[in-house]
Formats: sequence, C-alpha cells, structure tokens
Amino acid sequence: MARASIAIHKLTSCSGCQSVILNMGENLLTLVQLVDIQHFIEAGVNNPDAQVDIAFVEGSISTHEDEERIRQVREQSRFVVAIGACACSGGVQALRNVKDSEHWASAIYADPGYLDSLADSRSVAERVKVDLQLWGCPISERQLIAAIRALLHGVPPVLPTEKVCQECKRAGQVCVLVSQAAPCMGPVTQAGCGALCPSFGAPCYTCFGPSEQPNCDALGERLVGLGIPANQVAERFVSISAGVKPFQNAWARWRIPLKELEP
Amino acid sequence: MNQTAFLPHRHLDKLFDLLHSDGFRVVGPTSEQGAIVYREIDTVDQLPAGLVDHQAPGRYRLEQQAHGRYFDWVGTAQGLKPWLFTPEQPLMVAREVAGGLRFEAVREEVPLTAVIGLRGCDLAALALQDRHFLQGEYPDPHYQARREQLLLIGVNCHRSAATCFCVSTGDGPEVGEGTDLVLDELDQGFMVQACSARGRALLVRLPIRPLAGGHKRRSKALRKQARVQQRALPSRDLRKPLYLARDDETLWQSVADRCLTCGNCAAVCPTCFCSRVDEESPLDASESTQVRRWDTCFNDEHSYLVGHVVRKSAVHKYRQWLTHKLAIWHDQYDRSGCTGCGRCITWCPVGIDIVEETRRLCTEVKTREPGE
Repeated sequence: MARASIAIHKLTSCSGCQSVILNMGENLLTLVQLVDIQHFIEAGVNNPDAQVDIAFVEGSISTHEDEERIRQVREQSRFVVAIGACACSGGVQALRNVKDSEHWASAIYADPGYLDSLADSRSVAERVKVDLQLWGCPISERQLIAAIRALLHGVPPVLPTEKVCQECKRAGQVCVLVSQAAPCMGPVTQAGCGALCPSFGAPCYTCFGPSEQPNCDALGERLVGLGIPANQVAERFVSISAGVKPFQNAWARWRIPLKELEP
Repeated sequence: MNQTAFLPHRHLDKLFDLLHSDGFRVVGPTSEQGAIVYREIDTVDQLPAGLVDHQAPGRYRLEQQAHGRYFDWVGTAQGLKPWLFTPEQPLMVAREVAGGLRFEAVREEVPLTAVIGLRGCDLAALALQDRHFLQGEYPDPHYQARREQLLLIGVNCHRSAATCFCVSTGDGPEVGEGTDLVLDELDQGFMVQACSARGRALLVRLPIRPLAGGHKRRSKALRKQARVQQRALPSRDLRKPLYLARDDETLWQSVADRCLTCGNCAAVCPTCFCSRVDEESPLDASESTQVRRWDTCFNDEHSYLVGHVVRKSAVHKYRQWLTHKLAIWHDQYDRSGCTGCGRCITWCPVGIDIVEETRRLCTEVKTREPGE
C-alpha cells in the first residue's frame, strides 16, 4: 500500500498548532516513517500546491489570500482536517465579527488604511467542506495522534464532545467555579485539553470550542449571579472561540455596548 | 467486642508511625486549591488543622479557625471513590506478535492503604460500591485489588454542612459498620474505638489512656449537634412519587433549564459508577489499550445506541440521574443510591439542589389531578 501523503497548511494564525506538531518529539519521527509530508512550512517543507491524501489546515479565513488558498487546498486534498480554534471557529481574530470592533483597528494601528483583510474572520468549514475538526488553542498532541492513527486505519476518529468538567473531575481537580467563584467556561466547553487551566487553578477559556448541548444561558446567569459584571461575562464567551453561534449568542445576551459604558 | 480508649492529640503522629511501620501508605485529608481533598500524606502536619468548610449550593469555602482540630471540616471534594473505582483504568492491552495478536489483562500491584478521616456517608457509599463492583456475578478485579488493601479509619461528624442530609438517608452523621477504627475528635484528643481485629491490634500499640466520663458525654453531645440538619429527603424510598413524576416531562423542565449537563454531580457522587471504554493506540499501532473512564448519564455518548442518542435533552438526562439514584436503585440494590453527603449540591456549578428538586417533584406530582 502506498504511503499516505499529508500537507500542513497555514492560513491566518499564530502557528501554535504547527508548533504542536513540530514539538511531538519521537512521535514526529514515527510520523515521517508512516507518511510523506509534502508541505509543512514551519518545518521548512514548502510545496503548498502538492496533491495530498490529508491536508491539515491551521488558521482562519481572514484575508482574500486565505479565501483563494482554502479553495485550492480543498481541490488538491482527499481529506481536509481543520486544526485549532482558528480553523474551527475563526479564532481570536473572529472578535472583529462582533459589533464593538469598529474602533479597534484605529486604536491599535498607526495607519489602518494599509490593512487588507476581510470584514469577518471565518472558520474553514464556513468556506469549504471539512472532513474533520480538531479543536484547541493549540490542538492537543494526543488528539492529533489519535486522529492520524484512525485516519491511517481508514476509520473515523473518536473525539469527545463531553464537557471539560468531565476531564477535570477525572484528573481530581477542585472546581474553581465552586471554590473560587472563578468564571470557568468548562461546563460549556468541549473536552480535549485534559482540563489544563483548572489544574493550575485558572478558569477555562473555551479553547476547545462549544461542547455538546452547551447551556450558555444557565452558565451566564450563574456567573452574573456571582457578581461578575455582565460585560465581563459576555467577554468570557467570545475570547478564543469567538466565531461560533452559541458563544456569540451568549455574548449578545450579556454585553453592554461600549459606547453606553463610556463616561 | 469494640474497645474504646483516649488518644491525646499530640500522639496522633504515633498512629501514622504505626501504619507506616506496618507497611501502609496513609491517605488522608489535606487542603488543596481551596478545598479538603484526600491525598497520600506522610505526616500529621499535612492534615487540615483548624480548617472548617462552609458549603452551600454551588459554593465551597474554607475558613481557618484558631483551634487545632484536624477533622472539624465536614466534606471533602471527592469521597473514597477515586481510590477504588479509578477515573482512568487500563483494562487490557493487545499487542501484535508473530502470527497474530496477544491480549493481556492489566493487573496492578496495589500498596496497603490506610484511609483516615472517612465519614458515615463516605462509608455507606463504600458499602454501595462494594455491592455493585464485588457482589455481582462478575466482581471487578481492579476495584477488588484496591479494596482488599484498605484499612479504614472513620471519623464521627461533630458538625454538619448546610448541604448535608445524611440523617434523612440513615447514613450519618455517625460512622456505621465496616471500619477498623473510629475517631471522635475532642479538644484535647481522640476517643478511639476499635471495631475490627486489625483496629484492636493498632489501638493497643498506641499511647492510649482509659476514657474519662467527660469524654463520652462531650462526644455524645457533639454528635447530637451534627444531627441538626437543614435538609432532608421526604422519605428513604421514593419509588412511588418518582415513578409517577417520571411520566410527566413538564415536571422536569424548570430544573433542566438550569442544568448544564456537565455531569459534575455524577462525578462527585460517591456511589455513581458509570464508565465507558476507550481504545487507545500509539501512532505506530504496535499495541492497543482499552481504557475505562468515568462516564455519566449527562453525556450524549452514555445513551448512544445504534446511531441514536436516546437521552438527548437535559430533561431526559437529569430525570435519568435522579430517578436512578433515588428510585431504580431500590430495585437493583435494595436501597436508595444516595447517602446524603450533599456533594452533588455543593459541586453543581449552578447550585442545583437534589433535596429541593426531589421535594418539589414529590409535591407537584401529588397536586396534579390524575390524568391531567
């Protein structure tokens, strides 16, 4: 049987998910024995036009170039796997999809006229057909390996859609929402990270996107009830995975427009 | 015949020394990330001296008090469950060998383990987990291996948290049967009761004194104080009202609207025992491990049958959890699955209260006209 070929493409992103692959150590050596890596710019392999079996796509559709590029990637790849919060949800840069963002460019850039980007940041699946999504900011090495292993076997990978709370409890962590009134997003966020932030006493930031059946209304109501200002509750929902519907709806419910808050 | 004596506070370390010299690791309460948790500990200094817990629906806080009592807290974040029914348990490994596959069961060496600090509700839950994992047709070897190595040191509660309702389930605040030693902590020391041959063998080697009349009187009063609880389930067997409530989905909507279906209640419940099995392989597929993980009836996958999630909504999930715990359990295990520890109330991120919900369900089901 011919070796499978893969490509790792980068759209608008911080390259953190590519870094996860580069940091796999022994698993990276095993991977290059199992597949031909045709394109992986962070590792110095530059052949973006290669026809491959599996294309991993990091980053969101945020520029005209990204739009063109993702159409090409789809045409030249058998399977397209979106990796990371940017590719799965639009990422941090999807914050500009929400209404308070008009003034940001001028607040940050000296000359925003040079910016050439789309009005919105979109997930890969909003532009082309995606065969699999691996969430995370960054992705989890463990999930990536399990997914590649399953794809090489020719079966769909099993990915958890349960809440972060489940992993948190299995790891024996103390709930930071209950013990510290911390605004933890674990109850509406998909598992996959192994409850990384709560294991350091910090609340969850939604890196792995919305879980199955996310009850954002009830969680938001609880956080507001704990005395956390409504605008801060709104912002908790649109940080890492800002572009997805359930989180945007929650943001819309609790946000107070910035201009109303101005003195 | 139970034997009781007095152990001065300053000599509790002698109990640790004895356990260590008998080859036990000691698992006991300690404070971590703002809560009392069971961890392997080496010395009495790691016990939560003077710490008391304040619990409410969705809330847990510790307060440092001036007294030096080690066991004045009431509830730990988790009970004994993770030490026996481990959250992630490898069951079996398959390896590729010449001519086929070799399957090997995973078996572990478990050290002798003494657990100190267990409450009546924890020990009643242990008896229920024993019933499920050991007394059925297929005893669970992983649970069994850990269970056989246990020595149990219970503590009678002298106060109750606001979330406690063990009096109504009949499981506390005093420790029931099945322990080796039971402690009542007084200001100057411990009333120590040996309840097994192993317990007696420990007790006689401790620097104990005979009990004084004041010790008994004081501990009795303190135990009485712990019986004053704010919460109570309507009765021990709730099959009748809950089986009626089960058939009316509208009764469950108000709690389902608040429920996050996060499964924290089931994860902290000392009697919940559901699991799933995941298959895990390294990248080179040289072997394959079956790993058993804690699961809950709040996960979609838990009721996934031939391409269909049977219990998809929060109404169905919460109803499953509550009716199984308080009603169906009677048919399976001859008693309710709840021991009144209140963990599901405290550790619910939105503070859903099983006692309040059960009382509401029982009341509303009664006031409905038949056929309505």
